[in-house]
Amino acid sequence: MAATRAALSLWHRIAALLGSLLGLLGAGGTRAADLPADTAEGLLHVYNGGGVTAWGPALLVRKSVADRFSLTGSYYLDAVSNASIDVVTTASKYKETRHEFALSGDYVYRDSQITLGGSTSHEPDYTANRFNLDISQEVFGGMTTVALGFTRGDDTVKKKDSPEFSDKARHWQYRLGLTQILTPQWIMSVNAEALSDDGYLGSPYRAARVFGAAVPERNPRTRSARALMLRVKGDLGSRDAISASYRYYRDTWEIKGHTMELGYSRYFGDAWLGDAYLRYYTQGNASFYSDNAQSETLYVSRNRQLSTFHDVALGTKASWTWKKEPGKYEIKLNGALEYARFNFKDFTDLRTGDKYSYGATIFQLFVTGTF
Amino acid sequence: MRLSARTVPALAALAAALLLGGCSSFSMPSVEPWVKPYERERLADPIMQFSRNSLPEKHVEHVRDVREGSRGATGVQGGGCGCN
Amino acid sequence: MTPASLVARSASALAFALVATLASPLATGAVAPQASAPDFTLKSMNGPNLRLAEQRGRVVMVNFWATWCGPCRQEMPQLDRLYQKYKSSGFVLLGVNVDDDARKAGDVAAKLGITFPVLLDTDKAVSKLYDLSTMPSTVIIDRDGKVRYLHRGYLAGYEDNYDKQIRELLK
Repeated sequence: MAATRAALSLWHRIAALLGSLLGLLGAGGTRAADLPADTAEGLLHVYNGGGVTAWGPALLVRKSVADRFSLTGSYYLDAVSNASIDVVTTASKYKETRHEFALSGDYVYRDSQITLGGSTSHEPDYTANRFNLDISQEVFGGMTTVALGFTRGDDTVKKKDSPEFSDKARHWQYRLGLTQILTPQWIMSVNAEALSDDGYLGSPYRAARVFGAAVPERNPRTRSARALMLRVKGDLGSRDAISASYRYYRDTWEIKGHTMELGYSRYFGDAWLGDAYLRYYTQGNASFYSDNAQSETLYVSRNRQLSTFHDVALGTKASWTWKKEPGKYEIKLNGALEYARFNFKDFTDLRTGDKYSYGATIFQLFVTGTF
Repeated sequence: MRLSARTVPALAALAAALLLGGCSSFSMPSVEPWVKPYERERLADPIMQFSRNSLPEKHVEHVRDVREGSRGATGVQGGGCGCN
Repeated sequence: MTPASLVARSASALAFALVATLASPLATGAVAPQASAPDFTLKSMNGPNLRLAEQRGRVVMVNFWATWCGPCRQEMPQLDRLYQKYKSSGFVLLGVNVDDDARKAGDVAAKLGITFPVLLDTDKAVSKLYDLSTMPSTVIIDRDGKVRYLHRGYLAGYEDNYDKQIRELLK
C-alpha cells in the first residue's frame, strides 16, 4: 500500500511537470491533430497452443460526431476450450465463453487529443472492468508527440462450483509515451509504464507442488511492475519499411522479461501490403516460483507463466485493398498468422518428466473499412 | 538495467529536454524542428505507423499477456481480463 | 493521495497546459504579415510557368497542400468555391503542391474537381522560402504584394474567415 502511494505521488509530480512544460511549448504549435477516421472492423481470431483453443469474432465501430468527437464501440468474444497441461494433469478439460464490451470517446482540439474509455469483460468465473484516460499532445513543430495514460481496473474472481469463493483484484496502470520524428524516413518511440496490482492475483484452480504433493498456490496480494519499450521504424525507399523494438520488464515478484522484435513491411503492386516479423521473448522466474518446492515458504506457485522460459515467434500478415475511393472510403481484407515455440527451463511436463515445451498458433482473418 | 522509481522521472526529464529545445526564450540553445511539415510524406504513409489496426493487435496483446509474465508499455490500449 | 485525486490533479495540470497553449502568441516565421511576399516561379500542372510577381494588382491566395495531408484535401473544395466566387473581381488562387511525385497531385486535384491553378513545388524550394510550419498553410497577399494574413492548418469553418478577408482586400 505504501509502495502504491509512493508510485502515485511520483506520477502526480511527473504529470504536473509535463503539464506545465506542454503549456510553455504550445507557442507555434497550431497544427491540428487528426480525429481518427470512421472505421468498421470485423475480426475472426483463433488461438491454438498448449492444449488450449480460444477463438471467436470481434467487432469495432468508430464514428465521428460533431467534427471534434469520435466514439468507438467494440465487442469481443472468446470461446475457450481448455485442455492445457495444468488442466489435464490436475483436473479435466473444460469449456467457457468470455464476452468483452468496450466504449471510448476521443476529443481533438488543435494539437491535443483526449481519450476516455471503459470496458467490461465477463466470463462465468471472472469479471474485469477497466476505465482509461489518455491524453496526447503534439509539440516541437509536430515532430514530437507526448502521451500520458492512466488505466484503473476492478476484477471480481469467483470459482466454478464453489459459490463460497469470491475475491477481488484492483489494477492501476500509468503510461508515458514519447514519439519522435528523427528524419523524413525514420521515427522512434519510447514508452514507459508503471503497473500496480492489489488483491487476489492467482488462480483458484491452479496447484503448486511442495515436496511432490499438490497444494493450493499462494501468491502475494500485491504486485508492482515497470516496463520500458523502445521502438524505431524506418522507410527504406522502395515502398517498404523496417522496424525494431525492445522492451524491458521488471516487477516486485522478481520477474525480469526481455522482448525483442524485428519486422519488415512491403507494398506489392497497388493493392497488397505484406508484413513479416520475428519475436524473441525471455524471462526469469518469480522469486516464489518453483516446479517442486523443497521447503515451506510464505508464497509458492507453479504457474508456468511465472517460470524461466523463452519463446520465439515468426509471424506474417497480408492486407489486400478490395475497394478504394481516395478521400471517400477504403475496404481492406487482411490475414495474419503467427507460430510461436515456448521452451521452459524450470517447468516439467508431469506426463513425461521432461522440461515442458509447446507450440502455439495465432490466426486472424479481418475486414477493415475506413470512411 | 535497474528500472527503479528513479528511471521514470529521468525519462520525464529527457522528454522535457527534448521539448525545451523548441523554446528559444530559454537559456538552453534552441533547436528548430529539423523535419519540416512538407517533408513528412513518407511518414504519413500507413506503412510507417507503429500501430495500424487496434482490434487484431488487441487480440495478439491479450494472448501474450496470458502466456507471458511481462506486461505493459506496448502502446496497445488497455482492457484485459486476467483470465485464469 | 488516492488514485482518483491523482487523475483529477493530472487532468487539471494538463487542462492548464492547454489553456496556456491558447493564450501563447503564434511563432513568427520568415513570412510575417506586412512583409513583402517572397517572389517565386513554379511550373504549373498544365505546363506553363507561373510567377507570383506577375499577379501584382490582384489579391492572391497561396495555398500549400499535399495529397497525403487529410486537412488539405478537406480544405481544397472550399477554396475552389471561393475561387469561383471571386475570380472575376481580381482574385487569384494558387495551389502549391509539395508531393514528391507530381502525378499524384494531378490525380487528387482531378478527383476533387479543382479549377484553380496547381503549381508543383517538388523540390520544396518555395516551401522553404515561405518557411512553412504547418500543412496546410494559406497565405493571403494584397494587391501591393504584401502578406496580409497567414493561416496555419485547417479546421472546418476557416473558409468563412478567408471569405471575409478576401472581400476586405478586394475593396
